Amino acid sequence: MSIRMSYREALREAIREALQRDPRVFLMGEDVGRYGGSYAVSLGLLEAFGPERIRDAPLSELGFVGAGIGAALGGMRPIVEIMTVNFSLLALDPLMNTAAALRHMSGGQFSVPLVVRMATGAGRQLAAQHSHSLEGWYAHIPGLKILAPATIEDARGMLWPALLDPDPVLIFEHAQLYNLEGDAGEWETVDISSAKVRRTGKDLTLITYGGTLGKTLEAAQVLAGEGIDCEVIDLRVLRPLDDKTLMASVCKTRRALVVDEGWRSGSLSAEIITRIIEQGFFELDAPPARVCSAEVPIPYPRHLEEAALPQVSTIVAAAHELCRGTSG
Amino acid sequence: MSLPPRSQDIALDLLRDMVRIRRLEERAGELYGEGKIRGFLHLYIGEEAVAVGVLHALAANDAVVATYREHGHALIKGVPMKAIMAEMYGHQEGCSRGRGGSMHLFDATTRFFGGNAIVAGGLPLTVGLALAERMQGGSRLSACFFGEGAMAEGAFHESINLAALWQLPMLFCCENNLYAMGTALDRSQSQTDLCVKASAYKVDTRSVDGMDVIAVYEAARDAVEHIRAGRGPFFLEFRTYRFRAHSMFDPQLYRDKDEVEQWKTHGPIHTYSAQLKAEGLLDEPGFLAILAQVDAEVEAAVTYAESGSLEPLEDLSRDVYTPRAAP
Repeated sequence: MSIRMSYREALREAIREALQRDPRVFLMGEDVGRYGGSYAVSLGLLEAFGPERIRDAPLSELGFVGAGIGAALGGMRPIVEIMTVNFSLLALDPLMNTAAALRHMSGGQFSVPLVVRMATGAGRQLAAQHSHSLEGWYAHIPGLKILAPATIEDARGMLWPALLDPDPVLIFEHAQLYNLEGDAGEWETVDISSAKVRRTGKDLTLITYGGTLGKTLEAAQVLAGEGIDCEVIDLRVLRPLDDKTLMASVCKTRRALVVDEGWRSGSLSAEIITRIIEQGFFELDAPPARVCSAEVPIPYPRHLEEAALPQVSTIVAAAHELCRGTSG
Repeated sequence: MSLPPRSQDIALDLLRDMVRIRRLEERAGELYGEGKIRGFLHLYIGEEAVAVGVLHALAANDAVVATYREHGHALIKGVPMKAIMAEMYGHQEGCSRGRGGSMHLFDATTRFFGGNAIVAGGLPLTVGLALAERMQGGSRLSACFFGEGAMAEGAFHESINLAALWQLPMLFCCENNLYAMGTALDRSQSQTDLCVKASAYKVDTRSVDGMDVIAVYEAARDAVEHIRAGRGPFFLEFRTYRFRAHSMFDPQLYRDKDEVEQWKTHGPIHTYSAQLKAEGLLDEPGFLAILAQVDAEVEAAVTYAESGSLEPLEDLSRDVYTPRAAP
């Protein structure tokens, strides 16, 4: 049975279900309790589960993310919430030097079953210290798994398998998605190992994830009206990347456009295009292309922020460029 | 001067364990010179009383997190000497399969959680171990060793705040050897009274002569009792001194030889063995017997490490992720 709910409610229900299912699960982060979560994801959970399991932490990202790792080692299943991706930089040390490295460095003795959730992305005029998309950085790190739920169903269904995973999993929730409404689906059915084709098509593969899935599907709709039939792939899992789904689509359409709200230099989009070229160079009818954020700190005013981000119009324009002179 | 009554029964164990660390590390230093051990090698020589005194005050199932100068802590926690030596050789018989080397000794069996080469990096981890224990209703405590240099890091302040705020069963063991690598305490911290710094977080503190194994042991036992009684975390400062260089690459330009020699005159092993002899608990043949026994253990560890094997190349990426059964 599936019901309609918001992305925020889907995340909340996923946390609630996990807390009910497993006494080892607890939520920890800044303002997750009395405040109800900075994006109101955990609203009401303190009243239901109490302050031990809905644990307000002081402004100490390094401290409480590190403590989450220790708690995971000590037998718990913590969900650590970081308010926004820019703040997660204060916790890069424990995430990179401990959580990601520990199992390998200890010769396989210590796994870290930690889940970290955080808001990412721009679009709310929050300027240059609250708006970036750094999930591609985290996807660089061996030992981590990186998820980016873009739908209500994934928001609801990715948390439990992430908690069952014995290794550290980071979940990036695009800040623009919290108010999105949709169908929650069957929450147990979400798998966290593969990309998903969100729209089938034969002319061009659009590859995206998270906050730009909606814009990309909208662009595909516009392009369909012009006779360009796009396939849209939602990566969902940024590490490890699902090359199989990606290449199956690109080998069918022979054209690939990556849409990524991250910056382009040294990025996830660069990695995806490299993989496409490495594995499918001779299948391609055109050089792969990408639409990324402008290489600037995300600015405050609406017009500049919009200009800095991938938009439906820029995706459509890039698709035109890619298909021009290469049809047939 | 005489040993406190409750320390009598372990008097010789304390001496033996300090000698075990000393001889293991002296041998490791030689093997480094021979090229058998590479990378960084940080020797604990001079500071043995701290690890030995504290670890004898802990229960076997308490969790311990240490620094990159952790051979002694691992050994006294119960990691076999041969597994430590094999680890330094980079052999798969080592306690971390040879993956970590000197700075990353790990042992799940004895609850030794490393071996952390990020200064202060072990502190938040220990907060989490203590939190998990409390949430699961257990009575084990979690102890973290760190140098005084770590007290300039944000991780120290965030961790002690969390431990105090949540009243966690955590023991803070500050090994104040006066130098953060080459930077003296008064050149790196505005407040050089470390107990004052820790007290700001409403944590009970005590400063201890870290060259005196009995003083360390007694202070740690009292702190452990305090924590087990549910009275919150405890901070111990051990005033100690590193006799050797920071690592094998350190020419020690930042301190006078006279200062080092002065500290060596109250080295923890010879002052304690002299004390035991004065009290009739040890005689010279007894001391020589301990040395011989320890040297045999060290040589057996070297033999074990020498005969060890390298991890096959095909295992390079093993354990980046946890193997899982196919669904």
